Amino acid sequence: MSFDRALRIVLPIVVLALVVWSWRALVHAFAIPSYVLPSPGLVARTLVDDAPMLVSSLWVTLVITFEAFLLAAFGGVLLAVLFNQLRAIEYAFYPYAVVLQVTPIVAIAPLLLIYLPQPLAVLACAWIVAFFPVLANTTLGLNSVDHNLLDLFKLYKASRWQVLWNLKLPAALPQMLAGLRIAGGLSLIGAVVAEIAAGTAGAGSGLAYRIAISAYQLKIPRMFAALLLLSVAGIAIFFALSVLSHLVLRRWHESALGRER
Amino acid sequence: MSAPAPAIVTLRNVGKTFERGTVALGGFDLSVRDGEFVSLLGPSGCGKSTALRVIAGLSEASAGAVEWADEKQDAGRIGFVFQEPTLMPWTSVANNVRLPLKLAGAEDNRGAVTQALDRVGLSEFAGAFPRELSGGMKMRASIARALVTEPRLLLMDEPFAALDEITRFKLNNDLLALWQMLKRTVIFVTHSVFESVYLSQRIVVMTPRPGRVFTEIAIPAPYPRDEAFRTSANYAGFCRLVSEALSKAMAGAP
Repeated sequence: MSFDRALRIVLPIVVLALVVWSWRALVHAFAIPSYVLPSPGLVARTLVDDAPMLVSSLWVTLVITFEAFLLAAFGGVLLAVLFNQLRAIEYAFYPYAVVLQVTPIVAIAPLLLIYLPQPLAVLACAWIVAFFPVLANTTLGLNSVDHNLLDLFKLYKASRWQVLWNLKLPAALPQMLAGLRIAGGLSLIGAVVAEIAAGTAGAGSGLAYRIAISAYQLKIPRMFAALLLLSVAGIAIFFALSVLSHLVLRRWHESALGRER
Repeated sequence: MSAPAPAIVTLRNVGKTFERGTVALGGFDLSVRDGEFVSLLGPSGCGKSTALRVIAGLSEASAGAVEWADEKQDAGRIGFVFQEPTLMPWTSVANNVRLPLKLAGAEDNRGAVTQALDRVGLSEFAGAFPRELSGGMKMRASIARALVTEPRLLLMDEPFAALDEITRFKLNNDLLALWQMLKRTVIFVTHSVFESVYLSQRIVVMTPRPGRVFTEIAIPAPYPRDEAFRTSANYAGFCRLVSEALSKAMAGAP
């Protein structure tokens, strides 16, 4: 068991080391210029040298991501509850929620940038991609409540509110948290897509804007450094939400329980 | 038995047709006396559960009437035990048992939850989560929840059908002990001849769908009943009687 766990930690690190090593070897062996493919060392150095600028950009992106995530979480859950309580609203609006979801965000982003000031457009973009998984998953959860438990609540003449608060919402928690976990990553993606769409013409200062600018200026090492920060941010968000999900569900849900073998 | 107790609930010519046209119950008559232990016995799909749900008010009768002796004694003071334990997995056993009180907005100042858990022998597991309990213990928790409001009528829908035989026998005995102690009325749905004979004062044998009363058989064996009864010739005789009635009920199917 402990050997298995050790492998789970060691193997990804070995793969990472191999990739970085071959990358470095490749750059040196073929003398690839840094404006085509910078060596890992150069990326690391850029990361340190440009740290003040990159970190402030990271902060901008993270704030937008976080705002979008909160709006998506509350909006998605609220909408799901509304859909669950009032069929008419679900029938009226669900198709449009789907339309919003299936239309590629890269195609919507430029439009949003025309009609909204840039920070708001970026936020809207991130929200559009992030809210749907919360809505869809929470809706599924609210609709999958054990029928016998529903009967039990009916037997004791529970009010609509009691059924929602004491039964449907707790029962939907696992799906809701799964939705939030997806939404976390998507908020970041949405924010990045919008900033890239705004491009160098934009007034942004987030990481995606740095990437776009660096591309124009052929500062490829900085592009890599920014990209690295973005994926670290994405991993951190996913990890944080996974931990949250685990903490909430650990005592009762199958997904969070270890199986004894 | 002394003078027959008054009926607590009476079903007159109750019919139930589902939306898709399935006729679950057709002209079902049943009168249950206060304090009685009655079993509804019949094959799967004969409408036993439907009858129970109609009594509980979970399902509306399409025809006929459900009459309560006491006007105020309606579906509100009923305990219901489902075939599955039907516990909320996200909260403790104690909170599951407390649910009916909570939904009624009642405070548990008399220690009703503790008492109910005590009665089913789960005192030590108040803080446990349903997942941590065995199948039999989950069912005990479910029974405790049904008892917590002190209902006069306890409806049980094949509660032990999914349990292994050893656990089922144990729960049968414990249920009988509770029934004798609390003097509640129990309507017990089962498809097991042996279980119905062991538990009941009276067995209502039902026909296949649409469910109707085929015959009623009294089991006049004295309580407390125990393992000695289970192995007695008396018990075997009742089982044979009820099995034969059930076969006839099945054969009478159109």
